[in-house]
Amino acid sequence: MSSLPSSATPAAPRLTPAVRMGLSISFATGLYGISFGALAVAAGLTVGQAMALSLLMFTGGSQFAFIGVLAGGGSGAAALGAAALLGVRNAVYGMQMKALLGLGGWRGWLGAQLTIDESTATAAAQQQPDEQQRGFWVAGVGVFVLWNLFTLVGALLGDALGDPRRYGLDGAAVAAFLGLLWPRLRQREPVALAVLCGALVALAIPLLAPGLPIVLAAALGAAWGWWRAGAVLRQRRAAGGAA
Amino acid sequence: MSALQLDTWGWIVLACACAYITKLAGYSVPARWLQGPRMTQVAASMTVALLAALVVMNTFASGQALALDARLAALLAAALALWLRAPFLLVVVLGAAASALARWWGASGIMLPL
Repeated sequence: MSSLPSSATPAAPRLTPAVRMGLSISFATGLYGISFGALAVAAGLTVGQAMALSLLMFTGGSQFAFIGVLAGGGSGAAALGAAALLGVRNAVYGMQMKALLGLGGWRGWLGAQLTIDESTATAAAQQQPDEQQRGFWVAGVGVFVLWNLFTLVGALLGDALGDPRRYGLDGAAVAAFLGLLWPRLRQREPVALAVLCGALVALAIPLLAPGLPIVLAAALGAAWGWWRAGAVLRQRRAAGGAA
Repeated sequence: MSALQLDTWGWIVLACACAYITKLAGYSVPARWLQGPRMTQVAASMTVALLAALVVMNTFASGQALALDARLAALLAAALALWLRAPFLLVVVLGAAASALARWWGASGIMLPL
């Protein structure tokens, strides 16, 4: 194993910053599986069905949306629609991760399954390619293992463990995502973009269908980046002409 | 027009297939499209946008409405900890502790009518 280049090793045994971030976010997110398992069973699914969702769908927003619609009396088609809409952002993540990690072969198939908020966020928050790989795989595999384990716990024990919010798990998720965003806010321009996107999302949540606000934010970010790159190119050309 | 008749398992399998295909779709974009300084900037800006969106969603969203509750305490505690250069794991723990404490002290939150 040690003869492989570090960028090809999914999870290096050393506790690098990316590995630590991946593990922290895995625990914060994985424990939330209890909530999903319990809610799924409360919505009328069997333990097997709850596990199938966590193993095969493996994307928290879509999973909660799916059982949420069923619990509210909606049809299977409506549940599918809601889950699909909330999954669209994973396609955006896939593009980002393809550009960042360049996964091929069996790693590509597995990597796609593990492409979720947390794995993408951890990878994207790193600066070096080997740390990006580590962040993605540690967070991806970590969340997968813990999310599924705790879905089972939640499905079997139901409400016995109480509300995860009592233990502040929702606060842990907030802190984790802020922690991943923070290093990127070193300059004024990303701060402005972050504030703008945050405001847009806050406005969009009550107005748009679930899952759409974040896709809108991604589109705004892409447009901003595109415009900014164009501005930099024009500046360089102008400077080149004047020199 | 007849609707597709499936039992719960059928919808689950279909929804799961849909989720995986969506993830694959991102990876299917030709690599050439994603290269170059412009796309690098786009990727960086999209990362900031998505992370900011995730922070706001996880802090303020309550179903399809906005709410101010104990999660705001987590955001503030995390921001302070990050500003004081605390390590990542400590930031997460402090966020959890802040919202658990706020809830224990009785912060049940208010919904924001919009």
